[in-house]
Amino acid sequence: MANIISDETIEYVGILAKLELSEEEKIRAKKDMGDMLDYIDKLNELDTAGVEPMSHVFPVNNVFREDIVVNGDDSEQMLKNAPEVKDKSYVVPRTVD
Amino acid sequence: MSLTSLTAVELAKKIKAKEVTVPEATKAALDAIEKREEKINSFVTVDREGALKRAEEVQKLINDKTLTGALAGVPVAIKDNMCTNGMLTTCSSKILNNFVPTYTAQAVENLEAAGAVILGKTNMDEFAMGSTTETSAFGVTRNPWNTEHVPGGSSGGSCAAVAAEECYYALGSDTGGSIRQPSAFCGVTGIKPTYGTVSRYGLIAYGSSLDQIGPVAKDVTDCAAILEVISSYDKKDSTSLKRDDTDFTSALVDDVKGMRIGIPRDYFGDGLDGEVKEAVFAAAKVLEEKGAVLEEFDLSLVEYAIPAYYVIASAEASSNLARFDGVKYGYRTGACEGLHDMYKKTRSEGFGAEVKRRIMLGSFVLSSGYYDAYYLKALRTKALIKQAFGKAFEKYDVILGPAAPTTAPRLGESLLDPIKMYLGDIYTISVNLAGLPGISLPCGIDGKGLPIGMQLIGDCFKEKNIIRAAYAFECTREYRHCSMTEE
Repeated sequence: MANIISDETIEYVGILAKLELSEEEKIRAKKDMGDMLDYIDKLNELDTAGVEPMSHVFPVNNVFREDIVVNGDDSEQMLKNAPEVKDKSYVVPRTVD
Repeated sequence: MSLTSLTAVELAKKIKAKEVTVPEATKAALDAIEKREEKINSFVTVDREGALKRAEEVQKLINDKTLTGALAGVPVAIKDNMCTNGMLTTCSSKILNNFVPTYTAQAVENLEAAGAVILGKTNMDEFAMGSTTETSAFGVTRNPWNTEHVPGGSSGGSCAAVAAEECYYALGSDTGGSIRQPSAFCGVTGIKPTYGTVSRYGLIAYGSSLDQIGPVAKDVTDCAAILEVISSYDKKDSTSLKRDDTDFTSALVDDVKGMRIGIPRDYFGDGLDGEVKEAVFAAAKVLEEKGAVLEEFDLSLVEYAIPAYYVIASAEASSNLARFDGVKYGYRTGACEGLHDMYKKTRSEGFGAEVKRRIMLGSFVLSSGYYDAYYLKALRTKALIKQAFGKAFEKYDVILGPAAPTTAPRLGESLLDPIKMYLGDIYTISVNLAGLPGISLPCGIDGKGLPIGMQLIGDCFKEKNIIRAAYAFECTREYRHCSMTEE
């Protein structure tokens, strides 16, 4: 069955993905996502009843450590990568009025 | 013959014997880069000055016997998704076009400790999303065998640089075939190790449950030596495995007597190019003549690997790439109204089309209402694929097949039809889903003069089986240098 992606869906996915698409990009995205989902629907041919979802190929568990600082203070170097800095802090557009 | 036509291990021996110095070897590579980059574009960054300075330091450490390993003094190229302290690391994306890491990836650090000289960073598909190295924000990389063709991807820059002899070896990363497929297209050898063998610390994540760093080189000996150095248990990577069997060079034995090799019929069906099929079968015959036992079998589920992969990898990518928001590093949009607008504009302007496509698909399959139908379904499929391989490895030591269905396509042909491009990864992708090791090595040249690669797949932790089989095959043939290296 062909997947038809609605304007609302693309709008919603744009919000989730924090992407702003141009009208042209939206048209292409609807087609691409529809095509991909048609293709992915092939998985429905498989009977996976009773199969546990496998997120990791090995039975590994969470790795914990004590909450102790082990790295040095690279803040000066790290801030050099920032688009905008003030008083050793990252500057972002105003978030509250 | 130029210095750069040596393998990494051969060069290190010459350096140790004082026949060649590290600065000489470094300069030879930098000169090759200067000469061929205009045609190939395999590098995003070349650190000429840093490499020459480091070469002097490494030479001293070799002279005073501090460095004695099999790769000491050998210059290397690093895929541009591995962080290098103080050196631009872009993932071939506009969104990281000015990012200079403050730390180095563990695998790269291991190489440096073994005496590597870093020449620079290699081009790739943006965030490793692609199979042709055409989605890079810094221009396409061309195949040194024929510059009208792609080098494959996403580690296309690393594989092209090795084939064009702009470096002695390189590191790549493999999420769905990104080391093995471009290695096949460029006529070089590459290994994707068992998941967890090489630390992912400092590797900019794409699909975390699938990503592995691995070597790209001229031959199996180099790949085994490199893998031995970069493998390590690392507390900083929570999926890192403790292994005590990473002495991979011990498997460089020219003997496959009694080795059981399975040939999956489903890897030789529709869509496989006739010349590739012939060359891979001929390679299997060579191993049979050397005493291996060949058997055809049905692996099953092959056609489900790609759809499962695109759900899982895209889901993980949508989460991993959420960090690129224009706040702490990388590109930030010019004009914006408020924080959310800044995020959206930064990401929309900073990411290329293929990356956006996968982030959106990933966001969709994880969204409420679709999570079970798509994401969990894909994880269940992954479990079945893992089982199918498990069954095969009860009977076989190694699975042998093609690395890719065709040789390198022409530039510009693949991106027009994404799904068709995705199908090019059909033989490599399931290996990542199952966490297995795989090696791709050259086994012929097609009528167009392009290299053909075969793939050997091993069970988890059984790199030594595939290294031994690959080495035994390689012992029967000479390494083919591409003609560009003789100009």
